[in-house]
Amino acid sequence: MTKIKTIKSLEALRKRILKDRKKIQSTLVMCGGTGCQASRCQDVIDAVKNELAKQGLTKNVCIRTTGCHGFCEQGPLMVIEPDNIFYCHILPDDAHEIVTKTIRDNEVVERLLYIDPGSGKQVQTESEIPFYRAQDRHLLAQNRLVDPCSIEDYIAIGGYAAFAKALFEIPPESIVREIKDSGLRGRGGGGFPTGRKWSECASATGDEKYVICNADEGDPGAYMDRCVLEGNPHLVLEGMMIGALAIGAHQGYVYVRNEYPLAVKHARVAIEQAREIGLLGANILGSSFSFDTDIARGGGAFVCGESTALMSSLEGKVGEPRPKDVHTVTDGLWHKPTTLNNVETWANVPAIILNGSSWFASKGSKGSKGTKILALTGHIKNTGLVEVAMGTTINTIVFDIGGGGSNGNSIKAVQTGGPSGGCLPADKFGLAVDFDELAKAGSMVGSGGMVVMGQETCMVDVAKYFLTFLQDESCGKCVPCRLGIDRMLEIVTDITEGNGTHQQISLLEELGSTVSQTALCGLGKTAANPVLSTLRYFRDEYETHINEKKCSAGVCQALVTYSVDSEKCTCCGICKRACPHGAVVGKKKQVHAVNLDLCQKCGICKSECDFDAIQVQ
Amino acid sequence: MPPPTLDSILDERRSQPQELIEVLQDVQKHYGYISEDSMKTVSNELGVPLMDVYSVASFYKAFALQPRGKNVIRICTGTACHVRGAKLILNQAVGQLGIEPDEVSDDGLFTIEHVNCLGACALGPVVTDNGSYHNHMSPGKLRKLIKSLHKADTEENSND
Repeated sequence: MTKIKTIKSLEALRKRILKDRKKIQSTLVMCGGTGCQASRCQDVIDAVKNELAKQGLTKNVCIRTTGCHGFCEQGPLMVIEPDNIFYCHILPDDAHEIVTKTIRDNEVVERLLYIDPGSGKQVQTESEIPFYRAQDRHLLAQNRLVDPCSIEDYIAIGGYAAFAKALFEIPPESIVREIKDSGLRGRGGGGFPTGRKWSECASATGDEKYVICNADEGDPGAYMDRCVLEGNPHLVLEGMMIGALAIGAHQGYVYVRNEYPLAVKHARVAIEQAREIGLLGANILGSSFSFDTDIARGGGAFVCGESTALMSSLEGKVGEPRPKDVHTVTDGLWHKPTTLNNVETWANVPAIILNGSSWFASKGSKGSKGTKILALTGHIKNTGLVEVAMGTTINTIVFDIGGGGSNGNSIKAVQTGGPSGGCLPADKFGLAVDFDELAKAGSMVGSGGMVVMGQETCMVDVAKYFLTFLQDESCGKCVPCRLGIDRMLEIVTDITEGNGTHQQISLLEELGSTVSQTALCGLGKTAANPVLSTLRYFRDEYETHINEKKCSAGVCQALVTYSVDSEKCTCCGICKRACPHGAVVGKKKQVHAVNLDLCQKCGICKSECDFDAIQVQ
Repeated sequence: MPPPTLDSILDERRSQPQELIEVLQDVQKHYGYISEDSMKTVSNELGVPLMDVYSVASFYKAFALQPRGKNVIRICTGTACHVRGAKLILNQAVGQLGIEPDEVSDDGLFTIEHVNCLGACALGPVVTDNGSYHNHMSPGKLRKLIKSLHKADTEENSND
């Protein structure tokens, strides 16, 4: 590809791409995000390709494999342009019918349409589906429009126009002002005002400055950064370029989780393409601005999501945080002024520059502007990625978009913000997803994980789960986090094993508050949140474990016993074959029983039984 | 294709201590683990004290210091998978293979790993075998997956 050296040639390239594409009659847009890949979308793509070739339709029909469309539960997904017909749960065998009917004969394959559970009717396009209808998808919607490995696709939808505008029309200090005025706050967890970060870094002394994209999405239950970087890497790159221009940096780094191989690959391809075309490198678009960026693969440490730990890791060291009395905006990577934002934050930048800060500030609530991508998962009907204006209530997200509990079950709680966040009970679902409002309720927006928990979840077990996670992930540098989490985990383990006492609850609260006040980094300071929030809203569950030695949800292994309900047992033998410990006994056509000496209480028999014949008491 | 030699992994990275993690990532990727010998070579070539190489290699989850089984079964134990029963999946793997996470089965065929999030949370519980994803896992589905991997490997051996 030839290098573009002026803003005029960028616009000319855009026009040429759009002109060339007018010939295309139809495009089959396949979601190739990780979710759909897990649902074997690649087999569907191959089958569709074969079928198009077989029917001689390759000339004016294109296949575009894109990043995540969001509605992972319905995958593999396909949208057929120009009418935007939406098909879900597609199998390779459907390829023939799709190509013959929809592409050749312009008919809809009704059996592949989505059925609106509310009305029971089939719907044809995304916009009619309740899951999509209640969202405001200004970031995620772009995923469907671009092949992440095609810079041409990105340029065709107006890509790099914001950067060109920033480069030639807006002085750096005004770029910073735009971001400040937009009210954009960091999407990675802390919610720190992005404009303030940029402004402090821009005014820091030193010629050598850095921008970093934090794509080390370590929060279990959150995967929006993965989908944005995987699905639209040029958008993130463009945001970083604008940031570099504003603060005066010439080198950037994308620090991405190694567990996300597709994101690593797509970011790498995007950087190579941008270099090839001259959007990265020296004297970009004929200006005096030079900028390049590299990829660093993370080593799989949760603590590296913390900015100072991430910078240590980038320097090739152990990822330990350092005290934040000196800010990274003045003393960051290699002790140079550094601006670090996460993927979603960078991705918001181009649209703010293009449409103006007031456009961005018009969305959202008083203190939290714009939209937020949330990962809606757990015991809920419609799982997937959801983008809503900030200030939207949890009720809207869980019930209108998420469709309520899976299998019609009632919902007990929502866990927001990952291991730094908290659990909110159903009677708090009127709360808005807003940085300040959720913090007041003892939780946080965090990076946007939203794990819905049904009645079958034990909240003490959830607290134990997070403590186990944090104990494993604590870098060990500061005592409050390293030992505080250990002690809290011991207490919670006692409670889940029926050895807890009432005094331990107050000790737990005291420990939690000490850790919050004294830990070194943001992750340590918030480590007690899962415990404190469950104690605040679900204290009765802790008390039942202590007083009655009982786990009402039937989760805590030490407090339950497995047995077979002889009324319900059909003697099918599935539980016997399933038990890896040989603890289910019984002959053919005889009611089975559990040998309590061998039973490890793992629950596999219950999960495999089709007749609900395994009792947990 | 044979794995690249340690020499080629170190190409253009020698005497650059900041490249330590990237070098170790490549060693891990191509050799499956980081041996004591490779740590010593990396230490010499990058100019990083061996103690620091070990400290980095043992700090990050991405690096294994022992060889792993031929098939690596990774079980996601992230929050979304946890509430949907990831523990059952882990119990199934441990019970069926008779090994704890990070150990290698006696026949050298399997290692179980649990990871904090595989980033396909909407489809939990999620398991990967050698990098390929399986969604909505149940103990039964995992049992069949392990059996089929075992069968494929035994057949491969008998053909050798």
